[in-house]
Amino acid sequence: MYAIIVGAGKVGRNLARELIIKGHEVSLIESSRSCYLAIEEEFEHAAQYGDATELWVLERAGIQRADLVVAVTGDDEDNMLVCQVAKEKYLCERIIARVNNPRNHDHFRLLGIQPAVSATDLILRLIEHEVPRYGMVHLLALEEERLEIIELEVTAEAPTVGERVNDIALPDGSLIISVLRGGIGFVPKADTVIEAGDEVLLVLDTGLEEALTAYFAPNGHTAEA
Amino acid sequence: MFVLIVGAGRVGSAVAKSALAAGHEVSVLDQDPLSHERLDAGQSKTWEDANGQFTVGTALETDALIQAGIERADVFIGSTAGDNTNLIIAQIAQKRFGVERVFVRIMDPARADWYGEQGLHTISPTKHAIEMFERALEPELA
Repeated sequence: MYAIIVGAGKVGRNLARELIIKGHEVSLIESSRSCYLAIEEEFEHAAQYGDATELWVLERAGIQRADLVVAVTGDDEDNMLVCQVAKEKYLCERIIARVNNPRNHDHFRLLGIQPAVSATDLILRLIEHEVPRYGMVHLLALEEERLEIIELEVTAEAPTVGERVNDIALPDGSLIISVLRGGIGFVPKADTVIEAGDEVLLVLDTGLEEALTAYFAPNGHTAEA
Repeated sequence: MFVLIVGAGRVGSAVAKSALAAGHEVSVLDQDPLSHERLDAGQSKTWEDANGQFTVGTALETDALIQAGIERADVFIGSTAGDNTNLIIAQIAQKRFGVERVFVRIMDPARADWYGEQGLHTISPTKHAIEMFERALEPELA
């Protein structure tokens, strides 16, 4: 695979290293002269100097044959524009953008820049995962495909406790894909019985979270372990 | 017509003044409160007395754009100092707020061309400067 990484900060450099170790071809583009000189020693010909929001810089890096463009500069405008041009002008199939300010997330969405990864959002999600106070954790949201995976901890008063998976009439567009019990995850069978304290992983169409919460964690609180 | 101008530098403020003089409703957004002085310079009345609107705020902040009246803008002009800012806010004006006429200054000629093909009305001073230089040099280099 050939990947162009824009922005040689901590994220860009480490990403480039990992991809090179995995045997991929990488170009790492950096627009600050001093930063470029610092990375050139390590990355040699894979390091390129220039402002990747300018078309000729991307063309010089061979954007036409890139399989992946990752924009991870500290500037959201740059990240949006690099990805937009890569996707719409050079028809690069896979783009990934970094969101520095979570408030700009809407702008990335508006311009069709997906996935857009925000460290703040990721850390927030991890915190929710570690401290499941809300009963529900968003594990994955594929916005374009309108698909989500959520995790719910089954409370003692849930109507589904003691029910066989086969007998639980979940709303259309949702499915239990895994159950975590006592720290072990397994794919449920038709006769698996849901217990209080289970963590169920569900795949669902966007918008069904509320309905599903009523099945597994009706009062919004998690069961005491 | 309601004209929203983001970026009150030399270009933005001059266009704002002429649009106001032509009888349009004009709102200017700039992150620098001092840029207001450019709107007053050389005028007999202050910008506000002449019925101009001025908002201090960052163009990428949706709230600032709304405060400056983007929701009812007929014309949007992106004239901040940065190409990248102009390209993003112009697309926000067009795609999110449905502003019909969006004009944007892009220094980089290559991107002015490409975004022009994508439906933005791009104005590239660099391109004009190159053409003028070439024309001026023609007799010299003949």
